[in-house]
Amino acid sequence: MAALAHEAHVHHDAHSHDHHEEGFVSKYIFSQDHKMIGKQFLMTAVFMGVVAMLLSILFRIQLAWPGESSDFLSMFLGETWAPGGVLKENMYLGLVTIHGTIMVFFLLTGGLSGTFSNMLIPLQLGARDMASGFLNMLSYWMFFLSSVIMLSSLFIETGPAMAGWTIYPPLSALPQAVEGSGLGMTLWLFSMTIFIASSLIGSLNYIVTVLNLRTKGMTMTRMPLTIWAFFVTAVLGVLSFPVLLSAALLLMMDRLAGTSFYLSDIIVNGEMLENHGGSPLLYQHLFWFLGHPEVYIVLLPALGLSSEIISTNSRKPIFGYRAMIGSILAIGFLSFIVWGHHMFVTGMNPFLGSVFVFTTLLIAIPSAVKVFNYITTLWRGSLVLTPAMLFAIGLVSTFITGGVTGIILADSALDIAVHDTYFVVAHFHVVMGMSAVFGMFAGVYHWFPKMYGKMMNTRLGYIHFWITIIGAYGVFFPMHFVGLAGAPRRYYDYSVYNEFDKPAADMMMDLNVIITVFAIIASIGQLVFLFNFFYSIFRGPKAVQNPWRSNTLEWTTPVEHVHGNWPGALPEVHRWPYDYSKPGAEEDFISQIVPLAEGEEEH
Amino acid sequence: MSFKLVTLVVIVLGAIAIAQLVRLYEHSSKLRNRREEDIPNRDNKLNANMMLTFVILLFGGFIWLMSTYGFTGRGEAASEHGKTYDWLLNINLALIVVVFFLTNFLLFFFSFKYVRKPGVKAYFYPHNNKLELIWTVVPAIVLAFIIILGLKTWNGITSDASKEAVRVELFSEQFKWTARYSGNDNKLGYFDYKLTTDKNQLALLTTATLDSAIRLMEVGSNDGTILGIKLLEEKLNNPRNIFIPKDRVKMEDDLDRKTRLLRLLYQMKARHNSNLDARAYDDVIEADTLHLVKNQDYEFNFRAKDVIHSAYFPHFRAQINTVPGLTTRFKFKPTITTSEMKKKMNNPDFNFVLMCNKICGGAHYKMKMIVVVETPSSYKKWMKTKKTFKDEYLAAPAPATTAEATADTLVVAVN
Repeated sequence: MAALAHEAHVHHDAHSHDHHEEGFVSKYIFSQDHKMIGKQFLMTAVFMGVVAMLLSILFRIQLAWPGESSDFLSMFLGETWAPGGVLKENMYLGLVTIHGTIMVFFLLTGGLSGTFSNMLIPLQLGARDMASGFLNMLSYWMFFLSSVIMLSSLFIETGPAMAGWTIYPPLSALPQAVEGSGLGMTLWLFSMTIFIASSLIGSLNYIVTVLNLRTKGMTMTRMPLTIWAFFVTAVLGVLSFPVLLSAALLLMMDRLAGTSFYLSDIIVNGEMLENHGGSPLLYQHLFWFLGHPEVYIVLLPALGLSSEIISTNSRKPIFGYRAMIGSILAIGFLSFIVWGHHMFVTGMNPFLGSVFVFTTLLIAIPSAVKVFNYITTLWRGSLVLTPAMLFAIGLVSTFITGGVTGIILADSALDIAVHDTYFVVAHFHVVMGMSAVFGMFAGVYHWFPKMYGKMMNTRLGYIHFWITIIGAYGVFFPMHFVGLAGAPRRYYDYSVYNEFDKPAADMMMDLNVIITVFAIIASIGQLVFLFNFFYSIFRGPKAVQNPWRSNTLEWTTPVEHVHGNWPGALPEVHRWPYDYSKPGAEEDFISQIVPLAEGEEEH
Repeated sequence: MSFKLVTLVVIVLGAIAIAQLVRLYEHSSKLRNRREEDIPNRDNKLNANMMLTFVILLFGGFIWLMSTYGFTGRGEAASEHGKTYDWLLNINLALIVVVFFLTNFLLFFFSFKYVRKPGVKAYFYPHNNKLELIWTVVPAIVLAFIIILGLKTWNGITSDASKEAVRVELFSEQFKWTARYSGNDNKLGYFDYKLTTDKNQLALLTTATLDSAIRLMEVGSNDGTILGIKLLEEKLNNPRNIFIPKDRVKMEDDLDRKTRLLRLLYQMKARHNSNLDARAYDDVIEADTLHLVKNQDYEFNFRAKDVIHSAYFPHFRAQINTVPGLTTRFKFKPTITTSEMKKKMNNPDFNFVLMCNKICGGAHYKMKMIVVVETPSSYKKWMKTKKTFKDEYLAAPAPATTAEATADTLVVAVN
């Protein structure tokens, strides 16, 4: 046995020899190492996230103090888009659109899944790297390119896309209807096309790696829940993103080639168009066929990360490991047959609507199972409240709070009066936005030592967490009530309510001010994170090999990154990853590479 | 400028201050030999207490918001199905509030209670099939109950309107609504978007509107702002005219488009049955306010001229998108008049409203129409002051007879 390991060691040394003279370019820029690519995804996503957050502050200022001149607005938007410091109507729509697009796709899809799937899949499976390092690199650079194109659309003369992040045609197809549907929309579509290609290549790589590159003993039912989540996420991405591509492609043809897939009987700006026979509903079906799985593409990785973090820091096995896997699979499957709940009042056949009510409400069952399992994992644990643990608990809270309002929106009858109001905005920001962002923060705090070999400052982490959760709930809690009062989303100015219901207008303005103030507080809180993050990369205290006393394989690799992850032979796995506080064991954790003791039963 | 400078200085100073504090903290950690990953019991306890404080704040905030803002807003439902809607919404809200309180309480309370204590080991508890079965089955039963109630209401709301229901059309365009009442026959006249002219904004189909649409294509508008096919051809064929290439292409495209549309108009004319004119002629078009009668069933037909809009009546709990190329429908029965609602809302300036609730361009937020619900007698009085489409349209100078003559000969030729 020892001789074998020695041989493998020698072999690997010879193998890694030619990688030692990596130049700057191949190490830091066109790297094919999954750890570096993961970090590249993270850096890009952090930057995109900051931009999207800034955009939201800009339009929140308009919503809280409509028509009032703001130095902050004129500083960022200048005279073109905020003459005299007052936001232009069209730019308001542009900001909303790009905020949504960046947050959903670039931060929470590219950033979350890209960072952690890349970082953790090979490390937690005991693989030397991804199945294809080159495709992995390609995936990142396409992501980077699409980010650049999306950002560049903010700086063109006619402004960015202005049709909402769902870019429903005909509004998105007709430059005559809104100026952002000109070059801005073209750039949006090109950027998203490249993004989809990037996501597809990445996902295929993740799937192949999970299926083929597990180390000896790492059966599917010994995989950490993080890997299960990334795996199902990747499958969802592969099955649904191509549909978005086809939706975008048909839209491009309507815009550039004069086809009528989505257009019919239109007179816009006095111009009678010839298009006839197309259906705007077709676009919505195609869009939401991706759009709904997308919600889970965003959520599942966050839930996977939090499963791992909550178990580790409760010093307890995750409760109901197999039920957790079952829930992930059930959510993944159901997410494909619920898209119509976004379309109850679009003119779709009401009977079809009722089918989607049924399938949508079914998703609440696996979601409830997950929540109860998290709570039971905490029960009688020995909780270590690291910043990562706080964010993971915060995630469970927002998953509940946002999830329950989903029950109202999934009910087609109830959706009628709250559809497209602030109630929806509050719902998906809590359940998808906050949960996924909390999951991402939890992941960054937890795996920072693995990524950079340094520790982040814990107390700044605490400050960051408490500002974030108070700020975020402060933003989205009141928003539910704005929505229940009937306020439509994507309105530039709610003082129009003054013309028929002044008390309602007053209420909305009051709440809008509260929301904006909390949004500003929460975004200032993120500066604490940014500082902590960058400061710790360069000057943080050096990390030890297994700082959180965790079982999974990534903590058996050396702190200094090596190409191929393990300097010697690949580790062999003998048990599931959740043997925390197992009775009879000396320590309160047993790494997956420790063989079962004599007479010990696997969980 | 000074604002920018001050902001910049504050940011830089803030960053330096935090950096210094962090360094100080690190030095003191080093002195006490504390590593970053070892969470001291004091920190652990502090965060545990914060957890409990937070959940109390969260619940307090919820109760405050609910009591201050929860029952304001849209007021009592002013339609028949709206009452069922509110009842169902309240049931669902009550249910989710209970779940919200219970699960969030357990989550934060456990985070507080089971924080690490020296000497206490965590309880190894990997699974319990019975428990897991319970919390799969119980939500399933509750959801079944919600689904059944919801679908029953949904089917009632979306079923076909009765024959007696009054038909009203709501026409949407950037950024206004126009109402069309179906008149004495309670039938809305047919339409085709190609018939849109200045005088026929809703593109209703009658023999006269067909002719004037054809005339517009052929000879353009009287004031010369819209060029007809004839003038376009003349201009383009005149060798003495010199155009910038871009303008020329534009005119040629316009000519091609109009020629093709004209052919379609002639086909339409060939198929047109003039008996159907009456259906459109008794319709009444009104762009200012929507007038409805209390306790009258209505079926609304929705059309969109340019992009998708959404007809949102918050007080009637009604909403449906308006889609170009597709007629959508929604039925409801208003049960409270505007003046009654003013009293109920305690607001003499209150009015029902129809808003746009689907992003449709820059002035999306301004796109609305006031809705008036009144008694049958005052509705009749109001209706009497309105002209039918026939009176409005035919009162205008009739389309030139020559156009009609050419049209007829051409139809023969096509046939």
